[in-house]
Amino acid sequence: MTTYVVRRLAQAVFVLWAAYTLSFGVLYLLPGDPVTVMAAGGGDSTSVTPEQLASLRTRYGLDRPVAEQYATRLGHALHGDFGTSVHTGEPVGRMIADAAPATLELTAATLALALPLGAGVALAGTYTRRRWAAQLLLSLPSAGVAAPTFWTGLVLIQLFSFRWGLLPAFGDGSAASLLLPAVTLALPAAALIAQVFAKSLRTALAEPYIGTAVAKGASRLRVHFSHAARNAALAPLTVVGVLVGHVLAGSVVVETVFSRNGIGRLTATAVSAQDIPVVQGLVVAGACAFVLANLAVDLLHPVLDPRLTATGPKAVAT
Amino acid sequence: MSRRPMPARRFASSPATALAAALVLSLAATACSGASGSSGKAASTPRSGGHLRFAMAADPGCVDPHQAATTDALYGARAFVDSLTDQNPTTGQIVPWIARSWQVSSDATQFTFSLRTDATFADGTPVDAKAVKANLDAVAALGAKSMLGAGYLQGYRSTEVVDRYTAKVTFKKPNEQFLQATSTATLGLLAPASLKLPADKRCTAKLIGSGPFTLDGYTPNTSVELTRRKGYTWGSPLWKHSGAAYLDKLTLRVVPEAGVRSGSLNSGQVDAIAGVAPQDQETLTGQGLSVLDRPNPGVPVALSVNTARPLTKDPAVRHALQTAVDRDEVVQTVLSPSYLPATSALSSSTGAYADNSALLAHDPGRTRRTLDAAGWVPGPDGIRVKNGKKLNLKVILGANFGPNQTVLELIQQQLRKTGIGLTLTLLSLPDYQQARGAGDYDLAWGNGTRNDPDILRTAFSGKLLNLGRIDDPRLERSLDAQAAEIDPEKRAALVATAQRRVLEQGYQIPVFEMASVYGIGEKVHGLTLDSTSYPQFHDAWLS
Repeated sequence: MTTYVVRRLAQAVFVLWAAYTLSFGVLYLLPGDPVTVMAAGGGDSTSVTPEQLASLRTRYGLDRPVAEQYATRLGHALHGDFGTSVHTGEPVGRMIADAAPATLELTAATLALALPLGAGVALAGTYTRRRWAAQLLLSLPSAGVAAPTFWTGLVLIQLFSFRWGLLPAFGDGSAASLLLPAVTLALPAAALIAQVFAKSLRTALAEPYIGTAVAKGASRLRVHFSHAARNAALAPLTVVGVLVGHVLAGSVVVETVFSRNGIGRLTATAVSAQDIPVVQGLVVAGACAFVLANLAVDLLHPVLDPRLTATGPKAVAT
Repeated sequence: MSRRPMPARRFASSPATALAAALVLSLAATACSGASGSSGKAASTPRSGGHLRFAMAADPGCVDPHQAATTDALYGARAFVDSLTDQNPTTGQIVPWIARSWQVSSDATQFTFSLRTDATFADGTPVDAKAVKANLDAVAALGAKSMLGAGYLQGYRSTEVVDRYTAKVTFKKPNEQFLQATSTATLGLLAPASLKLPADKRCTAKLIGSGPFTLDGYTPNTSVELTRRKGYTWGSPLWKHSGAAYLDKLTLRVVPEAGVRSGSLNSGQVDAIAGVAPQDQETLTGQGLSVLDRPNPGVPVALSVNTARPLTKDPAVRHALQTAVDRDEVVQTVLSPSYLPATSALSSSTGAYADNSALLAHDPGRTRRTLDAAGWVPGPDGIRVKNGKKLNLKVILGANFGPNQTVLELIQQQLRKTGIGLTLTLLSLPDYQQARGAGDYDLAWGNGTRNDPDILRTAFSGKLLNLGRIDDPRLERSLDAQAAEIDPEKRAALVATAQRRVLEQGYQIPVFEMASVYGIGEKVHGLTLDSTSYPQFHDAWLS
């Protein structure tokens, strides 16, 4: 078990380093020049002189050789210093720390809604004996995955906020303002969970032990919800790691639609302003979140499925 | 009409708005305007108190007026800093504010301001000549970090404290536009205590100004909070009332999605909004809400020509474009009544604007004759050809004003009828800038906002950025001369010459005047727009 954990941690560190290095490569090889973008301020008719641009470039160390910039920045990053935003002058770390709680809140709320909803649909869809009901329930996930988040968000706002005045259209902090964005993200997330769970449920229901349980006189309900569901639960759990990534990506759109100040909004702003230090900090922070979520899922696996306690570490080691 | 831009495009428009600057070329998305219009229904007498919630499109990024480059950043700044002068939005005339009077040397290199003696910053320190000097020195020291200020203070030498309330500003070369620049929020006055903060810290600090509101704080991507300044008595003479502002509090909330902004206004979650999208405007007015609008002063939204490219080097091609575009159709079919067809190289709300609509009349017959005469003959697919080269022009556009692409698609059809092909390349803002700088385009789509005709010099002078690769000594002479001319009438004549030259040479194919469009709730009264089209909150009140 210890080797397993150590290996998984080493992998996590490697992923973070790779994310940092790749993002550095991509961002610094981009054709655009952040200094020019900043000085143009979105316009052409600026009268900033080339000398003023050069002094700005020096100020941000952008005039040094790329290798030197990489080494310096990586060194600072190891100490948790991701530089300062060229746009606002704020330390990147603080900007991310300020934006993170809103997104974490959103992620937690999304999962809290998506897990029971997705599991419920899958359980009901595989349990019912009415064909039309099964078909309806099991086709919901495809619809949920297909609906664009942007559109869902606007429809929800239109109805619940503008038409019925039940919930605020924007803002962070209150539970009421969290509901609509969380529902927006939870619908596709629930759909994904439902798809995966329904599939593994059907596989589980076809297993011989189900027949054994039925033969022993267990009720259909008990067999379905206890025996099969328990064994099928591992698959959707694995998806949770992926879902965290989905929510982070979806937050770019959802936080914009709902005017929330989170990681997604910060990303959108930083990318359009070509605020390289912020973008890079976000890439690493995103990789970090993803790695941690997957690490947690991987470490939870053996806890949920005792069989993995024996084979898990070995399987990884081989 | 429910024409909605695609999600990606819309989404892209908001951060861009953040960048869309006062001097924005391309695409001043929400932009400004400030005309004579005033909001609200005919309401009784103004009343003090209340909290006005205003939704803007993009995060300010920086609340320091000196560093702010975008419209959205300057909304807040405008409310808490005073300027040396103010500008009448209707006449373009510069009027006193913190400066009671001023003198400009005959060569437009020295500006002496005599200040009023009763103004104080919110921390109690006086607004005196020392403070003026500290501010101008600070903006000059920011260099390119003050994107707008760098232009306003071009050739800045120094400010001399002549006596406690007299400051003399000196430039190395003539700089007539500086007087108008002193009316902008960019050169607004901050307390010396705020100027002592490092430049990087000023963006998110609680800066101290002498304006009718004080800055309580700025939360990135969320809001700017302001409170009424008690005892404020040194407002601009252009304002409707003297004394303190009516509103107790003012919140500028960041709401990037245009549809959410108008829905929030409609449902009473905010009191006023900036950046009303053309497709939402009809809905708002249909629901009895008022719209406050003004064409942005500056350079209209235009196709700017890269004169160094093989196709657009040919003056005949540029002339042909000028008459091939049907500007009225663009405004009527894609935009809203708030937008006007372009009638010159400057928009109609700019000082020294001269009507050149005759040069810009839609005349496809003339376009065809021009191209025929230059040897461009229709090819098999209808696109004209000359010496084996197709007349297919590459136009680049940034994704920061919703209708950009729709407008250009319409223009594409209009040009097609005369045998000119247009290839649209939609770029992110950084990529757009990059392409502009590298010259990898025939035509670039954009505009520029500023209420001084000197914007023509920044856009078309061969000595500055010169993105159009223009080499035209005749144009250069009138641009230089207007920068040095302090007599308003003589200057206007020089500006008129320059506008005409730009259009006749086809350096720019103006299409429509960008407008600032605000939606105003029923409870809001007295909101007006200043000369750069920012809302002026001092006179605003809530019923």
